[in-house]
Amino acid sequence: MNRKLGWFLAGGLLVAILLAGVVSNFASGSPDGLDAAARQGCTFNADGEITGGTCMAQREQNHQLAGSPFADYGIRGLDGPLGTGLAGVLGVLITFAVGGGVFWLVRRRKPASSSST
Amino acid sequence: MNPVAMHIANGIVDARVSAAFAVVSLVALGFCVMRGRLDLDDRLAPMAGLVAAFIFAVQMLNFQVLPGVSGHLLGGALAAVLVGPWVGALCVATVLIVQCLLFADGGLTALGLNIFNMALLGTAVGYLVAVAILRLLPKVSVAVFVASVVSVVVASQGFVLEYALGGTTDLDLGTVAGAMAGVHILIGIGEGLIAATTVATVAKVRPDLVYALRRTTRAAQPQEVPA
Repeated sequence: MNRKLGWFLAGGLLVAILLAGVVSNFASGSPDGLDAAARQGCTFNADGEITGGTCMAQREQNHQLAGSPFADYGIRGLDGPLGTGLAGVLGVLITFAVGGGVFWLVRRRKPASSSST
Repeated sequence: MNPVAMHIANGIVDARVSAAFAVVSLVALGFCVMRGRLDLDDRLAPMAGLVAAFIFAVQMLNFQVLPGVSGHLLGGALAAVLVGPWVGALCVATVLIVQCLLFADGGLTALGLNIFNMALLGTAVGYLVAVAILRLLPKVSVAVFVASVVSVVVASQGFVLEYALGGTTDLDLGTVAGAMAGVHILIGIGEGLIAATTVATVAKVRPDLVYALRRTTRAAQPQEVPA
């Protein structure tokens, strides 16, 4: 990996960290398109529990890992923007490490320019 | 229910269909690793890691599309244009796996469904549309924008297919398809703006790092040999 690419990667990673760590706190809290469609037709109480109607989310079950310390993009015991921001930064770094690590391991070792005769 | 859930949760599609899609997704990802290896060199491997990390970050940024409804980037078209369709699908799958295992978003049972829609369908459609446009019109931001809109809508219909096969509730499919398509056109426009800005920026700084540009510029050169 050359140095110029290193700078590009560092810059890109910094942008991702800022987006996930800071800008994420300004994201909309409304249910996303899928979630909203899944809830269409049901009525909900203040806690978000279904009180009636028919909708796709009716038989939705909790996530198997709902009790994990970073569940729902937060950090258990650290509410508010700081928890979301830190969880976001952690997610960016772990995704980069896992993705980049796997891609690096399976990459083609021979340089592409070598003549293929 | 929590407002930060962004992908298919457990229990919306039954276990049998979820398992079938898990198998299909696993086989397809294995194929992507095989084909992606040919693309992955010392330069593309770290770039693909960055693309995955960037998509993770931007997926956290839900934007309002209607009163009470938000959307976020899925990233298929963006990944495919930057690092190619095979590695791109693996990037989006990496994001979904991290989100599911670490952040409890997108059911564990539903992981195959989510990978099928966003990593496989979204990336494949995004790539095909982007390349088709680039052949006609060498404007990368236009190509990425249109490819994003189409890929998001098709991915949303992937969910409709899964729901049709194994939905645990009995709702009218036409209504579900219409609701999903309608809101995802709006989400696709938001995604298209983000993805087009991102690719245009990379193309300006390091055009050699944009996979689709490498491909189409090579194809555009007058040295084509009839196959």
